[in-house]
Amino acid sequence: MSKIRWSRVAINLTVLALIVIWTVPTLGLFITSFREKQAIFNSGWWTAFTDPQGAFTLDNYEKVLFGGDGLANAFLNTLAVTIPAVVIPILIAAFAAYGFAWLKFPGRRILFITMVALLVVPLQIALIPVLKAYLAIDLNGTFLAVWLAHAGFGLALATYLLYNYISQLPKDLIESAALDGASHFTTFRKLILPLSMPALASFAIFQFLWVWNDLLVASTFLGSDKEVQVMTQALVSMTGSRGQDWQLLTAGAFVSMIVPVLVFLGLQRYFVKGLLAGSVKG
Amino acid sequence: MQQAAEAPPPQGIAQVVATGMGRVLVSIFVPVVAFVVLWAGFLFLKDSGAPKLVIVVVAIVWGIGGVAMLYVVANWLTEKLPPVWYSRILPFVFVGPAIAILAFYLLVPAVLTGWGSLFDATGEEFVGLDNYVYSFSNPDMVTAIRNNVLWLVFGTLFSTGMGLAIAVLVDRSRLDRVAKTLIFLPMAISFVGASVVWRFVYSFQPEGQPQIGLLNAILGSFGVGPVSWLTSEPLNTVLLIVILIWGQTGFAMVIISAALKGVPDEMLEAGRIDGATEWQVFRRLIVPTIWPTIVTVATTIAILTLKIYDIVIAMTNGNFNTQVIATLMWKQAFTFFDAGRGSALAVILLVAVTPVIWYNLRQFRGRAI
Repeated sequence: MSKIRWSRVAINLTVLALIVIWTVPTLGLFITSFREKQAIFNSGWWTAFTDPQGAFTLDNYEKVLFGGDGLANAFLNTLAVTIPAVVIPILIAAFAAYGFAWLKFPGRRILFITMVALLVVPLQIALIPVLKAYLAIDLNGTFLAVWLAHAGFGLALATYLLYNYISQLPKDLIESAALDGASHFTTFRKLILPLSMPALASFAIFQFLWVWNDLLVASTFLGSDKEVQVMTQALVSMTGSRGQDWQLLTAGAFVSMIVPVLVFLGLQRYFVKGLLAGSVKG
Repeated sequence: MQQAAEAPPPQGIAQVVATGMGRVLVSIFVPVVAFVVLWAGFLFLKDSGAPKLVIVVVAIVWGIGGVAMLYVVANWLTEKLPPVWYSRILPFVFVGPAIAILAFYLLVPAVLTGWGSLFDATGEEFVGLDNYVYSFSNPDMVTAIRNNVLWLVFGTLFSTGMGLAIAVLVDRSRLDRVAKTLIFLPMAISFVGASVVWRFVYSFQPEGQPQIGLLNAILGSFGVGPVSWLTSEPLNTVLLIVILIWGQTGFAMVIISAALKGVPDEMLEAGRIDGATEWQVFRRLIVPTIWPTIVTVATTIAILTLKIYDIVIAMTNGNFNTQVIATLMWKQAFTFFDAGRGSALAVILLVAVTPVIWYNLRQFRGRAI
C-alpha cells in the first residue's frame, strides 16, 4: 500500500517539475517585460521580487507599441490579415466538402486523392510561381495578396477537415431532405451548414492560429514595407536590429502572444476536436 | 406541383420568342453582374487607399457575400439546365472553386517550380541539373541538410516521446488539467514569439557581468563560466530544436492522451492479473494499441521539422551554421533572386516529404470515397 502511495507522490512531483519547466521561460519573458531596462541588465528576472532594483513599469509596452517599432500598427495589420484569411476559405471548403461527400461525379476519387496529397505539400514549392503571378498583376504587398494566399494554402486542410465531418452526417437526413423536394443547394444551405458549425469552428481556430503566427507567407507576399508588416515580421526585425533591447523584445513578444493565447484558452475544446479529426498541414 | 401538371396557356409565336430571348438575356445578365461586382471588390481591395478598418470590413463582406453570391448564381444557372445536365454539372458547382484555387496556389506552382529548377537564376537559360548539383555540393547546403536531419531526428523523437510519456504520467496525477493546459499552451504561440522567449533563456553576457539568461545563470550557480550558446556549433542547432520540442510536445500529448482513453481497461487489468509489471503493461499492451496514433503524431511533427523556418530566422537568422533547407531556399529565391536555385531547394523539400504523402494516400486507399 505504501509503495503505491510513494509512486503516486513521485508521479505528482514529476508532473509538477514538468509544469515548472514548461512555464518558467514564458514567465521570465512576462516579468521582464514590466522591468526597467537598467534592472533587466543588472539582475536576472527571478530576482525581480526579492531584490527590486527598480519599480515595475508599463513604459516598455508604450515604447514598443507607439515608438519606432510601431507594434501597434503591426498589431492592426495582423488583425487585418488574419480575419479575412480565416473567413474567405470557409465557405469554399464547405461547398467542396459537401460535393465530395454527397454528390457523385466522374473524377471524384482522383480529385479527392489529389487533395489529400496536397495536404502536406510544403508551401515553399508554390512561393516563387505565385509571387511571379502576383507581380504580373501588381498584387504583391497588398493584404488581398496575403488573404488569397492563406486561403489557397489552407483550403486542402479545410476541405479535408470538413469532409471528415460532413461525410459522417446521417445519410437518412440528406435523403429525406431530397424526398421533401429540397435541392442539393437548399439541403446544403439549410441543413448541412448549420449542422457543421462545430467543424467550421475548429477549422476557423486552426486557420486563425496559423495565419496569426505565420511568418513565411507574410514575408513573401507582404514584403518588408513597415506600413503593412505583421507582428511576426516586426518581431523578427527587432531581434535583428535590437536583439539586446530585452525590455522591448519581451514586451513585443508578449503583445504578439496575447490574442492567440486567449483564443486558444477560450476555444480549446474545438481546437482539440479539430486536431483529433486528423489534421496535418503543409 | 399542380401548376406544372396544367397545360400551358396558348401563346403567340412572338410571345414565345420574347420570353425565350428574355430568359437567355437574364441568364447572361445575372452572371455578368455577379462577376462585375466580384471584380470591382477585387480591384477595390487591391488598390484602395481606404483606412484599414474599412478595407477589412469590405474584405469580410466580399469574402463571405461575394463567395456566397458566386455559388448562388452558379446554382441558379445550373437549375435552368435540363435535369440530366443539372445533375451532371451541379457537383462541379460545389467542388469546382476549391479545385480551381488549389490548382492555382499549389498544383500548377509545383509543376512550374519543378520546371524552373532546371533553369538559371533569371529563368532564361536551361542549365539541366546544375542547381541540384550545386545544392548537394555547396558547403552551406551540406550543413543545412545535416541540420535538417538533426531537426528531423531529435525534434520528432523527443516531441513524440515526451508527449507519450507526459500523457501517460499526467493521467495518473492530480494535476492533470493544469498540466495539460500549460504544456499544450505553447501550441498557440508563434514560433517567432517562442523564439524570443528562448533567446532570453539562452541570453549570454561576457564573463564577469551578471547573467540574465536562465541557462547561464544556472551554470554560474555551479561555478561554470557563461557559454555563448547560440554561436557554439552544432550545439546551437540542438538548442533551437529544444524550442520546437517545447512547442510540439503538448500537441503530441493531447492526441496521444485521447488515444489512451480508448485503450480498454479490461485488457490492462487482465495484464496486471497475469503478473505483468506496470512497465510491461505500458510496453506490451498500451504502446501497441495506440501505435497508429503515435505514427500519425510523429509524421505530423516530422513534416514540421523538415519545413522549419521561423525558429531559425528569429533565433540566428541562419548564422553560425544553423541554416536549414527552408531558410536557404528563401534566401536564394528572395534575397539573391536566384529563382533556379530557390526552386531546386523547394523541390528537395517536396521530395523529402514525399514518403509522408505516399503514406497518407495508402492510408486513404482503404476508405470509401
